[in-house]
Amino acid sequence: MPQELNYLKETPSQTAGPYVHIGLAPGAAGFDIYRQELGWDIAGPNAKGERIRVEGIVIDGTGSPVKDVLIEAWQANAQGVYAHPEHPGEVEDGFRGWGRVITDFETGEWGFDTVKPGPVPGRSGSMMAPHINLWIVARGINIGLNTRLYFSNEEQANAADPVINLIEWENRRQTLIARRGARGGQAVYRFDIRLQGENETVFFDI
Amino acid sequence: MLKPGEFYQRDREWQPPAYSPDYKTSVARSPRNALISLQNSMSEITGPVFGHNDVDPIDNDLLSNYAKPGESPIGERIILHGRVLDENGRPLPNTLVEIWQANAGGRYRHKKDTYLAPIDPNFGGCGRVLTDENGYYHFRTVKPGAYPWRNWVNNWRPAHIHMSIFGTAFAQRLITQCYFEGDPLIARCPIVNTIPDPKAVERLIAPLDLNATIPLDAIAYKFDIVLRGRRSTLFENRLEGN
Repeated sequence: MPQELNYLKETPSQTAGPYVHIGLAPGAAGFDIYRQELGWDIAGPNAKGERIRVEGIVIDGTGSPVKDVLIEAWQANAQGVYAHPEHPGEVEDGFRGWGRVITDFETGEWGFDTVKPGPVPGRSGSMMAPHINLWIVARGINIGLNTRLYFSNEEQANAADPVINLIEWENRRQTLIARRGARGGQAVYRFDIRLQGENETVFFDI
Repeated sequence: MLKPGEFYQRDREWQPPAYSPDYKTSVARSPRNALISLQNSMSEITGPVFGHNDVDPIDNDLLSNYAKPGESPIGERIILHGRVLDENGRPLPNTLVEIWQANAGGRYRHKKDTYLAPIDPNFGGCGRVLTDENGYYHFRTVKPGAYPWRNWVNNWRPAHIHMSIFGTAFAQRLITQCYFEGDPLIARCPIVNTIPDPKAVERLIAPLDLNATIPLDAIAYKFDIVLRGRRSTLFENRLEGN
C-alpha cells in the first residue's frame, strides 16, 4: 500500500427542498425574523455603469414553471472587478456583487436589479465577455446548478468568449444569452432557464 | 498573471447525481445533457464576503431568536456545532453558515407547509452565523421532528436541519442536510439515498456529542462540514503547504 493522501472528501450536497425560503428568504416564507435579509441589493447605491434589470423563469422538463426555485447571482462591477480580496482593483462602496432571488410562488417569475458587469480577465491572458454567474437550487435539484448569463448586445465579446467557445454544440450557446429589451426607459434582460429537454440551458461543472 | 489556483475537481460520483428517480421531483428537474467542465477563472475562485454587520449575535440562537420574552420553543434542546474545513483540512474562518428546519413536531413555518402538526408560536426555524477564526460555528435550537411528504404514499423525512455554506469562492457554494445519529428513517429516505456511496451518507449524520452538552440544559450534536480544497497557484506560490 502506498502512503495515504489524507485529503478530506467534500460534504455531499442535498436538495434545498421546498422550504428553502425559511432559511434564506424568511420574509417570503411568511415571517419576519432578521434585522436584514441578505442578498437583496447586488450593486448598492454608488455603483457606476448601466443600471439594468434581469428577469426570467425556470422551466422544468414538462414545460412547467418551477415556482420554488432560489437563484444566487455573482458578478463583477462595471469595471470588471469582483468584490473579493483576490481580485486586483477596487469596487464602489456598497457594491457586493452577490444577490439572492426567489420566484413568485404563483407565476415562477424572478428578477433582480443590478448594474451591467464589465468584462473580466479569463485564463491565460484572454478576456471573458460580460457575464453574471448563477447558481440554482430548488426542490428536486440534488446539487446546485451553475450557469452563466451573457448579454445579447455584446455580440463581439460573446463571439470571443473563451467559455462560450468551449461549448462544442454551437446551437446550445444561445441558451446563455439574455435578450435585451426595455421597459420605462430601463434596460431589461430576459433570461429563461430550461432545466431539461428542448433548448436545455447549458450548465457547468465549475 | 491571472492563473489562479483551481479548486479540486468536484467528485461527481461521490455527490448525488441530478437524476435520481426514487426522489420523484428530480425526474423533471434534472438536466439531460452533460455538464460542461470549466477550468476555474476569476469568476469561480471569488465569491461573496460577509462580515459582522450582516448578522446579529442572536441569529444563531433558535431557542430565543423568535421566542416571546420569557418563553421558549417546545422540544428537545440541542446544540449543533462543528467546524467548516476545506479538503486540505484547513479551517475556513469568517464564512457564513445558514440553517433552517422544522419545529419539534415536524412542521415548518412556511406558508406552503400544510402539515397538520401545529406551528410553535415561539419557534421560527432559521439561524445564521459566521465561523470564528478556527472555522468553528455553533447553533442552539430544538431537535426537529420527522415529517411526511408526498413522494411515495408513506414517505417520512428523517429529522434534519438544512445547511447552507459559502466558503471563500462561488465554486465552493454548498447546500446540504444534517441528520442525527441512530435515526431509523435515514436508511429509508429517497432524498438521503440520492447519494450513491454509503460512506458519503455517513458524512451527513451528526453524532451525539456528550462532551459538548450542557448538563441539565441542552444535549449536543457535532457536524463538521468540508468544502472544496484548492491548490496553490503554480509558479506563483510555493507548492508546499498545499
